[in-house]
Amino acid sequence: MIAEKHLNWLIAALLLAVPVCAWWFGEIYTVTLATRVVVLALAGVGLNLALGAGGLVSLGHAAFFGVGGYAMGILASHGQNYDPILTEPFLIEGTKSMPVIWLVAIIAGGLSALAIGALSLRTSGVYFIMITLAFGQMFYYFAISWPAYGGEDGLSIYVRNGFPGLNTLQPIQYFALCYVLLIAVLLLCARLGASPFGLALNAVRQSAPRVETVGLSPLRLRLTAFVISGAITALAGALFADLSRFVSPTMFSWHTSGEIMIFVILGGVGRLYGPVIGACLFILLEHWLGGVSEYWQLFLGLLLLGVVLFARGGVIGVLTRKEAGHG
Amino acid sequence: MTLKTIVTAGVLTALGATTALADVKVGMITTLSGGGAGLGIDVRDGFMLAVEQSGRDDIEVVIEDDQRRPDVAVQLADRMIQSDDVDVLTGIVWSNLAMAVVPSAVAQGKFYLSPNAGPSALAGRGCDQNYFNVAWQNDNLHEAAGAYANDAGYTNSFILAPNYPAGQDALTGYKRLYEGDLSGEVFTQLGQTDYAAEIAQIRASGADSVYFFLPGGMGISFLKQYADSGVDIPVVGPAFSFDQGVLQAVGEAALGVRNTSQWSKDLDNAANVAFVESFQAEFGRLPSLYASQGFDTANLLISAMDVADVDDQDAFRTALEAADFDSTRGDFAFASNHHPIQDIYVREVILEGDVYTNAIIATALTDHSDVYAAECQF
Amino acid sequence: MSMILLIEQALNGLQFGVMLFVMAAGLTLVFGVMGLINLAHGSLYMIGAFAAATVAGLTGSFLLALAASLAAAAAAGAIVEIAVIRRLYARDHLDQVLATFALILIFSEGTRWLFGSFPLFLDTPDWLSGPVELPGGILYPAYRLGIIGVGLAVALGLYLLISRTRLGIRIRAGESDREMIAALGVDISKLYTLVFALGAALAGLAGALVGAIQSVQVGMGEPVLILAFVVIVIGGIGSIKGALVASLLVGLTDTMGGFLLPIAFAQVMEPANAMLLGSALASMLIYILMAVVLIVRPSGLFGVRS
Repeated sequence: MIAEKHLNWLIAALLLAVPVCAWWFGEIYTVTLATRVVVLALAGVGLNLALGAGGLVSLGHAAFFGVGGYAMGILASHGQNYDPILTEPFLIEGTKSMPVIWLVAIIAGGLSALAIGALSLRTSGVYFIMITLAFGQMFYYFAISWPAYGGEDGLSIYVRNGFPGLNTLQPIQYFALCYVLLIAVLLLCARLGASPFGLALNAVRQSAPRVETVGLSPLRLRLTAFVISGAITALAGALFADLSRFVSPTMFSWHTSGEIMIFVILGGVGRLYGPVIGACLFILLEHWLGGVSEYWQLFLGLLLLGVVLFARGGVIGVLTRKEAGHG
Repeated sequence: MTLKTIVTAGVLTALGATTALADVKVGMITTLSGGGAGLGIDVRDGFMLAVEQSGRDDIEVVIEDDQRRPDVAVQLADRMIQSDDVDVLTGIVWSNLAMAVVPSAVAQGKFYLSPNAGPSALAGRGCDQNYFNVAWQNDNLHEAAGAYANDAGYTNSFILAPNYPAGQDALTGYKRLYEGDLSGEVFTQLGQTDYAAEIAQIRASGADSVYFFLPGGMGISFLKQYADSGVDIPVVGPAFSFDQGVLQAVGEAALGVRNTSQWSKDLDNAANVAFVESFQAEFGRLPSLYASQGFDTANLLISAMDVADVDDQDAFRTALEAADFDSTRGDFAFASNHHPIQDIYVREVILEGDVYTNAIIATALTDHSDVYAAECQF
Repeated sequence: MSMILLIEQALNGLQFGVMLFVMAAGLTLVFGVMGLINLAHGSLYMIGAFAAATVAGLTGSFLLALAASLAAAAAAGAIVEIAVIRRLYARDHLDQVLATFALILIFSEGTRWLFGSFPLFLDTPDWLSGPVELPGGILYPAYRLGIIGVGLAVALGLYLLISRTRLGIRIRAGESDREMIAALGVDISKLYTLVFALGAALAGLAGALVGAIQSVQVGMGEPVLILAFVVIVIGGIGSIKGALVASLLVGLTDTMGGFLLPIAFAQVMEPANAMLLGSALASMLIYILMAVVLIVRPSGLFGVRS
């Protein structure tokens, strides 16, 4: 058995080493696959903040993932056609610059999370799960029937957006960019977890009334966590859109929410690196099982069931032999 | 295979290697699991049947399931281009998946042969010299239905389609050639399964005909409920809702309904007769529209391989443009935007023994192309 | 817009709502008694439809098909409860959501493996096909009237079951205090299996009834599942009465919204845009309804626990 801290270092190192080696040997596709892992892990890290630290079971995180994706899609489609988004009352141009797109995605995701959270956090338990699901569906149906940005067909971006000083069309460079972002967000989450805010949030999950008696507002703490969580997931959505060079309402579907949640659970709820290892595992399984059988989702289902029933605390929990830090 | 034949084959290959054209590697991305898998399976079976019948061993086909999800399709395309190093991509059934995959695939110098989807964005300004559509432009069957409505003397149609781009295109396509009035125009929800409300509106509208575009399970639901409602206004639809795969599930409710298609199993040409017979022998079921399109796609590819090397892109493209193969549809040619010029027929659903199928009753449009060709410049 | 059309649409909304109730009743019962969220409820709906289509294909009898749907779904429900679900009662909602999400994958792909990817055929019986004329000259499909009848009968049956029978007493007792009724000697695990199978049978019945007018195919349960969740959340989770009121509310809102919104929008803007915008808004309408209800009453219309 190994300590969780060392395991985390190992995962981070492997996640960097494998694609770099693959690139060295000309296995470009492995790099693309690793980028996918990194981006989906980032979405999981976002959800993990609400789910693991805050105890908020959100089945609507696809909404933020999609908002991030569409932030990229809308800005970049206007950018590639040189056609401004808004001319009245003031001019807003599209853009192909990643930093700008990320910023817009984070803000848009955070604002959506603020609106959804402010309404949903009035409820709790199953009602919270269901109301977040409902908001996700609302975004989904809106995206499908809104013709301006492709509706169900989605939007294609022909060339990946740019980052100053890098050639993002090179898979390994885009991977590096995503990897740095993931590590930065992980560090941020670790800092957040140890901060007074993180400790208070943890306390709220365990017993909201006690936190209230010491004069902190559980609602405000939860809402803050939800907003940060939504913003991170939206950033992941923007990166995912750039990876595929495509956005579509599928990003909003409740299956996406379910998958993001699977990353978190597979790895271990509330563990810093849980979503990272969960996403690794999911992509590997999809890649490997998909090659074995047309009915691979059947096996995925069985495996998932096994993890939920017999491997509590996810993979990290099994490897470190410690019950999840989840009350 | 005996040792001797293996050796002979090996020697032949070795001898031929200096003069023969390079092997062609095909990446097929299609829907093989989840709802809508029936369409992808038919495309695949049709395609592979043609490959098998050609007897060639210089075609390698990599088949992958896109689960009808754009992100998965993009991922598979990346893999096929970056890792498997395919020359030609094909197989996608749905327009939204095609929009996700095709632009970047052709931008990376691969050929794409579409066996089913034909979104307008790829037929007009967004066309590409390496993109060939072997099925139809999305508007085609709807335009044919509009033309047929004129021929049948309909002057007051009620039209409905789901509220998404292909649905909006469908109604635009119908209205393009239709000369009568509209008694109603309704957008339903994508994936909707209950049409009682729309049928009530149809009943109250005083229409003389109904045109609907509701692919997959939506069409099955609509037809069954329509037949059950007692409304007897004639219905016309595109072939998708009356195809071999879904027809048995609709049952009697579809009997006698007219639908537009560029192919039918009773089309009387040698290629089609042989195709229908061999497909049935191989898979034990009647071929569908999608199977015929997969079959034609493979034959188009093979016809180009006969005269050009896939590594010589310009020559191979010219060979594809010639479309020198025996289509199951009879006459087939490419317009300037690499979309088909073909006849579109009106079929009627009939009962043959105890199997529901289609028979051609008229030709709606002859040598029909699409309206976007003029906007396309390579 | 004529009065007849409006009444016909209201009937459609009623029929849709009643169908949702049959589906949602089992879901809300299972939650009320066992405290379990079952995402795989839609799979049981699908199993009912597939069983009915198979039996109808073999025997040609619609009533036998309905019986088969009840039996198959109840059996599947009982098996799943014993093999998987009972391990989840003590878990948090998160584990329940994940495990039953896994069950959806297993059921969907398993069904496709057994039955193939093409839709199956299931038709309305001859004695209920075609329209009947209602007072006021309204033509309405007999089968849909039949569905309304079955749905209302199920509602009445559930009411009697819960308020008048021994099983009902145990169910109510289980809802209020699980430990206590186990201590009183009631075989709690048998009760749970029974309740789960009952909920599953209702879902299977709904699947068979709807399958006859829609298409019987893999994945047919998922859209209905989400609607059923909307219904039980609006009604208050665990409340049968709430589920009935909410399903009628959702049925009417969805049907009337889809019909009236585009017409209303056409009064203030050009028809093409009104059509698009009205349809888009109509597709979001029930989710908006749900959000509004939860914001005003965070535990639903008839919910007790918070």
